[in-house]
Amino acid sequence: MSLPNQEEKVTPDTFLRGLWEENPVFVMLLGMCPVLAVTNSAINALAMGLATTFVLLCSSSLISLLRKLIPKQVRIATYIVIIATFVTIVDYSIQAISLDLYNALGAFIQLIVVNCMILGRAEAYASKQRLGATLVNGLGMGAGFTIALLCLGAVREILGAGSLFGLPLFGENFQPWVVMILPPGGFFVLGGWLLLFNWYRQRRERKLMEQQGVTARGS
Amino acid sequence: MNQTAATPSREAVATTPSLAMLRTLSLVAAVSGFLVVLAYQTTLPLIEENKRIAIERALFKVIPKAVTRRDFRVTAAGIVAAQDSAAEGTPVYAGYDGEGRLAGVALEAAAQGYQDVIRILYSFDPACQCIRGIEVLKMAETPGIGDKISKDHEFQENFVELDARLKADGSGLANDIVMVKHGSKTEPWQIDAISGATISSQAVARMLNESAQQMFPTIIANLDQLQAAEGGTP
Repeated sequence: MSLPNQEEKVTPDTFLRGLWEENPVFVMLLGMCPVLAVTNSAINALAMGLATTFVLLCSSSLISLLRKLIPKQVRIATYIVIIATFVTIVDYSIQAISLDLYNALGAFIQLIVVNCMILGRAEAYASKQRLGATLVNGLGMGAGFTIALLCLGAVREILGAGSLFGLPLFGENFQPWVVMILPPGGFFVLGGWLLLFNWYRQRRERKLMEQQGVTARGS
Repeated sequence: MNQTAATPSREAVATTPSLAMLRTLSLVAAVSGFLVVLAYQTTLPLIEENKRIAIERALFKVIPKAVTRRDFRVTAAGIVAAQDSAAEGTPVYAGYDGEGRLAGVALEAAAQGYQDVIRILYSFDPACQCIRGIEVLKMAETPGIGDKISKDHEFQENFVELDARLKADGSGLANDIVMVKHGSKTEPWQIDAISGATISSQAVARMLNESAQQMFPTIIANLDQLQAAEGGTP
């Protein structure tokens, strides 16, 4: 994991890092509270992912623009105020879009304020990088977060309610596995995804090592 | 040694940029205040509209016979039409059937549930002095357990005709609305709990009893006014 202290050039890697190498959920295990709490259906997961991405993008860009103005003694207070502003905006917007969705997400919209992924991005990236790099990196991180939430939400909804995005998948006789949409189900499914993710990563790394070994011997 | 070590730190304290901190914090606070107010003002009409639609949808669900509705407020003095005065009071919604007869009155009630406040809309039928249906407006109960209060068929049957008769002097309910353990309902004013979701069921019973004790006497006393509001069609 690289945390560059110098200003970084925008490369495809700036975006892709959030999806794979530094995926906030599957690799860094950040923001577990909303990850476990609101992924009981795919639509909740998607809404939460998009809301978090919006807050991440807006707050990171503002922090990046103000980075030379923020004294380091009050940086955390400044970050929190900026993040809280955008969370409030998201909160009102979701109420305006759909009250049902707002009720389903409950207190977790307000809790985006203390999502460690956003604060982490602000501290480790936005406060040191130019606006362009921050935007691209934030978009990648947000997309990674949203995809991870969707992975959890889809599996939990299919197993726990027998539907996806509210559309029933199985016949009338399907007996839903209710525990999957309850909190313990969140841990089970997260554990399953982490297992899959790490197994695949290790396999890829081992292959890479073997390849390098072969080329090293060959030359 | 000690002195030389202390000097730079004192200097560092002295050079802490108070002005810069003040400037940044006030700038950020001003910008964030502006953005929050802007978002609030922009979304307020939309949010109000959404809330109105949600209540309307629930209203026609709890009073199935209703075709039109009128809003009233219950104040200390009695019942007034909502648009007539800006007086503070508990809102009640009267539903009228196709012939303009009062089909029922819908009221909001709320109480603390298992995780958060549960808010419901329920209907009161003055003809039989009973509660005829509830619809959950907002809750955060456990999925699959407490949230059954909005879906469970057996639980909803409690509210097909839940007794809420007034005492002879009209000062309160003749029988308190109470929750009983699952399967032990014997009287028409009892609510049969959902087994495994006692706290959520208890919350529904408590909010109904509280709201009914407080509101029904006024509503019964002013029934003529509610009926007359719809143009006096027989």
